[in-house]
Amino acid sequence: MNSSLLLSITTFIYGFAAILYIAFWIFKKPLPGRLATWTAIIGAVCNLSGLIMRWVESYSLGIAHAPLSNLYESMVFFSLTIIIVYLVIERKYKNRVIGAFTTPIAFLAMAYASLNPNISDRIQPLLPALKSNWLIAHVMTCFVGYSAFAIAFGISCMYLFKQKDTEGKSSLLAHFPNARILDELNHQMIMFGFLFLTIGIITGSVWANSAWGRYWGWDPKETWSLITWFIYATVLHARMMRGWSGKRIAYLSILGFMAVLFTYFGVNYLPGLHSYGTS
Amino acid sequence: MYHSYWFQLLIVLLTLNIVVCSIDRLSTTWKIVSIKKPPFILSRFKNNADNEYFDDSRSAEQLKDIYEPFVSKGFGYIRTEQTDNGYSIFAEKWRWTRLGVYGVHLSIILLLIGSLIGSFFGFDGYVNIPEGEVVNSIRIHNPERTQSLDFGILCEDFNVTYYDSGTPKEFRSSLAIIEQGKPVYKKDIVVNDPLRYKGINIFQSSFGPLPPKEVTLSFTSRKTGEVFKKKVVVGQPIDVPENGGKFVLKDYVNSYKFRGQPIGEAFTGILTHNDGSSAGIVLSLRFPDFNRMQKGDMVVSVAEYAQRYYTGLQVTKDPGVWGVYSGFILLIIGCYITFFMSHQRLCINIEKKGKKCSVMVSGTANKNKFGMQNKIKRISEKLIDLKHRS
Repeated sequence: MNSSLLLSITTFIYGFAAILYIAFWIFKKPLPGRLATWTAIIGAVCNLSGLIMRWVESYSLGIAHAPLSNLYESMVFFSLTIIIVYLVIERKYKNRVIGAFTTPIAFLAMAYASLNPNISDRIQPLLPALKSNWLIAHVMTCFVGYSAFAIAFGISCMYLFKQKDTEGKSSLLAHFPNARILDELNHQMIMFGFLFLTIGIITGSVWANSAWGRYWGWDPKETWSLITWFIYATVLHARMMRGWSGKRIAYLSILGFMAVLFTYFGVNYLPGLHSYGTS
Repeated sequence: MYHSYWFQLLIVLLTLNIVVCSIDRLSTTWKIVSIKKPPFILSRFKNNADNEYFDDSRSAEQLKDIYEPFVSKGFGYIRTEQTDNGYSIFAEKWRWTRLGVYGVHLSIILLLIGSLIGSFFGFDGYVNIPEGEVVNSIRIHNPERTQSLDFGILCEDFNVTYYDSGTPKEFRSSLAIIEQGKPVYKKDIVVNDPLRYKGINIFQSSFGPLPPKEVTLSFTSRKTGEVFKKKVVVGQPIDVPENGGKFVLKDYVNSYKFRGQPIGEAFTGILTHNDGSSAGIVLSLRFPDFNRMQKGDMVVSVAEYAQRYYTGLQVTKDPGVWGVYSGFILLIIGCYITFFMSHQRLCINIEKKGKKCSVMVSGTANKNKFGMQNKIKRISEKLIDLKHRS
């Protein structure tokens, strides 16, 4: 058993959990719901163990570093944080339908990382520039932020479906949390993500200043993370100052997540310090 | 770091915008925050849709005495008022968190001020120092200029190590700061560990090979197979053994192309025969056999040489960093306060109803109303619990 195998298994567990959540949503039977939660928990445990094993393996290869150094590792961590944040929400809001819209994102991220032939799952040595403890703080906070935004995206989609059906005709939408809760939850996730994105940008900036002597260099990824930050800052201001809510916030949240995706993937095709993502 | 004037102008405008908007709103918020005795209007709480109600058989005084210590544990401010037929306990906390958003705005202003100070009074330049040499000035791009330093930087030594795959693992420069001809400070720097001296930061940035000053060449005679070794200094002609003419080492080329194919580092030289004819010679460092293709009686190749490097340093000065860093800290704290703490008000109204008392638990918050609703439910459950225990 090595970490790659365990993480491949995790992909299938997440896929299974996503199917169970969707089954629960469509058939409204409690059993697939309970199974889904347990499957997701088992998946998260495998995911976490896989990352820890990978860390240990990097020591035995003599190139010890935290498993947060390339696109593959970042996506594996991204999936883990999505599942953990989702499970916390499930516990707090006692609604499993949200799982049908968030666990598939974690599954897709894992599947993309494992199956895309362009993404290497080999443990590679660190470039000298990445050898710093700031790497862990920077990558972790950024990805906790990204996963909160991913969940906000899922919830925004749910909100948009739900608000169309004001008379409660559709039986598929009956078990959705009510629109007001979805709207509130979307806002909570955006605030949570915004705080972590802020910390992520700041830790990256402090790191850059200690490694290269500049806290901001207009690297494409930096610029795009700033654009993302501005979009979500706009969402927060629109809501708190202008009283926007519901549909408009949901659309802005989806737009914000598109910016996250571009910051994450699109920017890798532009040159810069963060081009780790291409391999 | 952002030196173009239109960009600096934009930053100044953004700063002004934030300042004006914040001051505009701050006066209203300050009136709310600076209140010594917070007003409570019972009827407003009564109209709240999410109130919790329960009955208790004890007297209003008893209940008041049980609830007061419980409430004061969770809330900073508490006040009890007597009503026509009972008591109202009002409590609140975190009124000051209404100011959190101004902390966030102030942090952005600090960031922008710090970056402006940096762009006016700081610099960001590069310098390449060959091993064993001292420099006193650096190059700055955009606009192109030279910045002189108050001290010299000596690169005593440079080393690079590689992973098995051939990618660099670590590069390390042993630097010394030279003042008045003497080294005053020494440090080895690697990529994530710079040298800082008198407000100037020196970072390891890149490196590259330098042409060796002296090379040991071997001359192999085609006739006898005898090998002669000679030390050669670039540019100084030497006599080729067995009276083979003169040889001059001309140039060092980082990546030499032979018929369009790159063959890596190489020296070029000119061999002048005794009859006056001369031929250009390429000495590949990577492929020694390459030299066997030469014509003539002697095969010349490079036997030994000491690889020299230059270290590429980034040299920066940024007197605005303190502003940026304090902005960072304030930004995180401010965001946390703004997003996750709210001004919460609680009202417990105890009303006599015949022999029993009717209790209403109500609360408001300026943010996260859903969370407050849950909190009111929890408080109400706890109050019922208190009732049973006592």
